[in-house]
Amino acid sequence: MFNPISAAFKKAKQENRAALLTYTVAGDSSKKQSLDILKSISKNADILEVGIPHNTPVADGSQIQTSAYRAIKNGIKMNDIFKIIKDFKNLNKKKPIILMGYFNMIFQYGKKNFLNKCKSSGVNGLIVVDLPWPENKDFAKKCKKKSIYFIQLLSPTTTEQRLKRIIRDSHPMSYFISMLSTTGGKLKVSPKNILKNYNKIKKIDPKKEIVIGFGITEKTIGKLKSADGLVVGSAICKEISRSLKHRQNPVTNVSKLVKKLKKKIL
Amino acid sequence: MKLKKGIPLIDQGNKLGFWGGKFGGNFVPETLKKPIEDLEALFNKLKNDKKFIAERDKYFKNWVGSPTRFIKLENLTKYVGGAEIWSKVVSDANGGAHKIYNATVHCLLAKQSGKKVVIGDTGAGYAGKMLSMAAKKFGLKCKIFMGAKDIARQQPNVKAMKKNGAEVIPVYSGSQTLVDAVSECMRFWVANCDTTAMCVGSTVGPAIFVRICGWSTSQISRELKVQLIDEFGSVPKKLKLYNCVGGGSSSFGFWNEFIDYDKKQCEFIGVEAGGPEKSKLHAAPLTYGSKIGILHGAVQYVNQDSDGQIKETESISAGLDYPGISPLHCFLKDTKRARYTAASDEDALNAYITVTRFENLRPSLEPSHAFSVAIKESKKLSKDTIVVVNSCGDAYKDREILKKRLGKKYV
Repeated sequence: MFNPISAAFKKAKQENRAALLTYTVAGDSSKKQSLDILKSISKNADILEVGIPHNTPVADGSQIQTSAYRAIKNGIKMNDIFKIIKDFKNLNKKKPIILMGYFNMIFQYGKKNFLNKCKSSGVNGLIVVDLPWPENKDFAKKCKKKSIYFIQLLSPTTTEQRLKRIIRDSHPMSYFISMLSTTGGKLKVSPKNILKNYNKIKKIDPKKEIVIGFGITEKTIGKLKSADGLVVGSAICKEISRSLKHRQNPVTNVSKLVKKLKKKIL
Repeated sequence: MKLKKGIPLIDQGNKLGFWGGKFGGNFVPETLKKPIEDLEALFNKLKNDKKFIAERDKYFKNWVGSPTRFIKLENLTKYVGGAEIWSKVVSDANGGAHKIYNATVHCLLAKQSGKKVVIGDTGAGYAGKMLSMAAKKFGLKCKIFMGAKDIARQQPNVKAMKKNGAEVIPVYSGSQTLVDAVSECMRFWVANCDTTAMCVGSTVGPAIFVRICGWSTSQISRELKVQLIDEFGSVPKKLKLYNCVGGGSSSFGFWNEFIDYDKKQCEFIGVEAGGPEKSKLHAAPLTYGSKIGILHGAVQYVNQDSDGQIKETESISAGLDYPGISPLHCFLKDTKRARYTAASDEDALNAYITVTRFENLRPSLEPSHAFSVAIKESKKLSKDTIVVVNSCGDAYKDREILKKRLGKKYV
């Protein structure tokens, strides 16, 4: 079966635009609300990244941390996360979902159990922030057997030799971290330079999709639209926090934001 | 799982940094792969470089103050009435604790790599204080990440850091203690690894940090071995080494030179923080059977819930208040080379009272945990047994807690 992630990129290419990927934390601010957010943004987002909240995240900035702590405080558990995804997929089978998290949560669930559960609830891809290459080789193979993409992360610090090896082992989609930063940092490198790095990586194997993430907001997304795909995470988490603070409905506000983001890359 | 003889424990990990094929490793974001590899290459080269070792030894001797004393606690021995109780007074070291060794080595490495800024985490404030001292000594800028709760309870060390010119960055996330400080420090490094050197304050974190810290604190057991031979003519036939264990840097350093000895001759006892007697929370993952998990880049025994969320800890001693434990100690536990137990907050306070009543020694709350178990066990040990407790920190930093819990006369 064709992985819906690849289908989403194909569709975006046909429309001559970058794919829009959103990141929200499962269970933020409640189980129901995070499902509602997924439902409402899926009209404009091409691929939905769903974060597994973790309480010692070593690569996330304050916005995503706030969302994660909020979700954990509201009692989210691993099985709830799978349920949210399954419920979403029951309504919208073709919309690709990427689960993103830290390895300890997978390790405790049991790698095999975790992948089985991913498969049965409809997860199409996985990003494991703290399971770099080559440590991830075995796990990536196991993902492949389940037709789940294991998405490799690439960074400005990744050496050229290492880039080549990672891309060689990578599945059809990889994720380029725009700059040295945790998630949600201010874009401290010019979009031009980010794209220069991006194109260098893209050349290694042009057939493979590479998305750019970290520091992408309404302001910066338009300047990066020549990439295969763009990920917006912290800006969305921030919008949820802002809505809650002003007692507004996060679902409608986030939905509006995603719509605006989409317009910028058309 | 087996220990190898003749190879330093820090070098017994496999290619991916796992001890016993299981503990440690490098579970880090991609961005940190390169800086970690660079640091590994630098350390592997320098740790065998005679010039570098001579430089290290020069600073250890003239600046840190080596060797620290090895003294018999005559009155305490008489009072307890069992084994001979001795102490290695590591708190003699410049700054008042063992953290100075790791801080010094990290600053020497930072200098070699051309980095101008060094960052570090701290719990009790010792790791931060020592890093700020070393940074000042070697002309580096210094930032220290510290949980807001720890800042409130370890003010003397916070003041010292600031006096040394370091920026102390309060961490408000999570439990606002050491675990969050380490996370925040790693996050800062992710964003600034091109200009900044990171020092992890204990034998925890990605494998290279475990190795550097263990290599540095091993100075303690190198000195102790010489002192034992000076005193007894050889390493005693019945030797027991007691040490508190938080992240595990002082205990590892205290034991390292003796790992190849048979445990019947030289036993290691690690004392974790059991927390308040009435609380279910603790910082004793080895004693209370916590599950294996991943924390701060390394596989280890760690307090966590069934999903893998890291659990909050509780201990009177900020320096032991960490949910995980060094992969080196996990390895020493599973190979049964070391024995681990816990002492409660109350045990530690009582031990502090006993030690200060009989001896001119003021162990901080961390080593007071080790004294508690050493005193209890010494009673039942033969008179020819030599018990040595590492007094790895000075109680000055705990004065507010001691005043509150025990009253003014104990400060």
